[in-house]
Amino acid sequence: MQQFWSVPKITRRAWKVWYRNLTVFFRTWKVNFFPPLIEAFLYLFAIGLGIGSYVREISGIPYVNFIAPAILAISVMNSAFFECTYGSYVRMYYQKSFDAMIATPLSIEDVIAGELLWGATRSMLYVVIMLPVLVAFGVISLPLSFFAIPLAFLGGLMFAGIAMCFTAITPSIDTLNYPSFLLITPMALFSGTFFPITLLPIVFQYIALALLPLTHLVAIMRMLTLPALSGVLVLHLIWILVVTAIFCIISINLMRRRLII
Amino acid sequence: MDERRTTGSGGEAIPDIIEATALKKTFGDVTAVNGITFAVKKGEVFGFLGPNGAGKTSTMKIIACVSPRTSGTLRVFGLDPDISPAEIKQRLGVVPQETNLDPDFTCYGNLFTYSRYFDMPPDVAHKKAEELLEFVQLEEKRDVTIEKLSGGMKRRLILARALVNNPDLLILDEPTIGLDPQARHLIWDRLKLLQTQGNTIVLTTHYLDEAARLCDRLVIMDNGNILVEGSPAELVKEYVGTEIVEVSTSDDVVTCLQRENIPFEVIGDTIQVATESSREVARILFDNCTPQNVMTRPATLEDVFLKLAGRKLRE
Repeated sequence: MQQFWSVPKITRRAWKVWYRNLTVFFRTWKVNFFPPLIEAFLYLFAIGLGIGSYVREISGIPYVNFIAPAILAISVMNSAFFECTYGSYVRMYYQKSFDAMIATPLSIEDVIAGELLWGATRSMLYVVIMLPVLVAFGVISLPLSFFAIPLAFLGGLMFAGIAMCFTAITPSIDTLNYPSFLLITPMALFSGTFFPITLLPIVFQYIALALLPLTHLVAIMRMLTLPALSGVLVLHLIWILVVTAIFCIISINLMRRRLII
Repeated sequence: MDERRTTGSGGEAIPDIIEATALKKTFGDVTAVNGITFAVKKGEVFGFLGPNGAGKTSTMKIIACVSPRTSGTLRVFGLDPDISPAEIKQRLGVVPQETNLDPDFTCYGNLFTYSRYFDMPPDVAHKKAEELLEFVQLEEKRDVTIEKLSGGMKRRLILARALVNNPDLLILDEPTIGLDPQARHLIWDRLKLLQTQGNTIVLTTHYLDEAARLCDRLVIMDNGNILVEGSPAELVKEYVGTEIVEVSTSDDVVTCLQRENIPFEVIGDTIQVATESSREVARILFDNCTPQNVMTRPATLEDVFLKLAGRKLRE
């Protein structure tokens, strides 16, 4: 049990793995830059303007403005989660890239840390791409919304860590569908994204706050984009930091157990 | 590269590149490597031969610091893989059995990206990548992605990749597996060149002609144990003799050889007689046994291998 909790020894070499993934991302930039742009437009039109024309306001906030931070937060979650599940699994299992890397001075801890950092960076890049769209529609306020960028990195790291735990224990690429549909999809709907969690029965509100990482990310994101800062932000931030640390550490140890035999 | 001699200037012995004592690797109940002891000297080509499942690849992975040993001691460049893996791996070149080139990059991109893992500055990495593409004759495929390469080209690129950091020790796990004769000869040719440049090479193979051609010394492994160790010529001489006489199996020949007190082995429809003098055996056969289809040939490593590891099929 202790092996899951021991803090892994990571060196600066982790950035080399990160840089490898960054290089591939920019080399195929056309396919990578479009999805977040399209995603921003789709959500804004379908839900923001479509549903928004009926809902109009939530607690005095225009509905489009209410969901704009959720669009960012969901994108942070999806890009890191899918990068570090399917993306990492393909690199690990099909491309054998991790095997090739650990034959160099890189350790498995460096490799997984690099993958996690890359997942977080991908989330951040997606937010960087989506922000101008949301600004252009006038649904988020500046300059506080710029803090969404570093927040995206932190949130991305959290979902990367969670994702990597699944990747470390999944028997095949197909079984990665379970966390996608049973965890990610419900989370995208019930974390105070498209309606406030106060509409949920009280028990589910507690569950959302205690167990759903996206709840905390959406809450901070919304405080930044409306803007509506409050002291609760610190509590959300601490929750995210703690959970990020836990899952990143466990994921590296699980991966080590899977790959070093 | 530092040209160390077997004895240093002060006369003290230079430690071996690899020193393994009672090296053991178990996976649950399965013992892959069963306490083997061997040493690899600087500048030699050292081979591991054995049937599938003999423990060759496990041994390679332990030396390459990617799989921890269960027990025993191991020093690579005098360092312990459990304690200083990064320092050891910085000086290793590894050709794995499984092709694991990066499909997201071109040939050049693979070499360049890999160099960066060794902390090589970009300009040095660039120069080295171009140089190695030429070394393995892949200049024309420089900007081609991996999936468009043939099997032989992939193996050559993997060899090039293993050389990006000017390794002091090259570890090759089945370097020519599944290649056509042309591609095998090119790889052998390159390895010979590396050998003459003083590189230390450890390789596994179950192609016995490959081992005989390349290795200065080798061990034959089976079921996790080392059966024998020596130079290819020594082993052939010691375990088989210099020549083999093959003759079609018939009751006459069998009784005749028994009468003449000549040891032999029946393998299907062929009788093999290992000997120092095929001429002598052939003469006895012709004079006394009325044989059919007598053929003599030099003994090879394959004869040693089959004698020691048996003829039973391995999975």
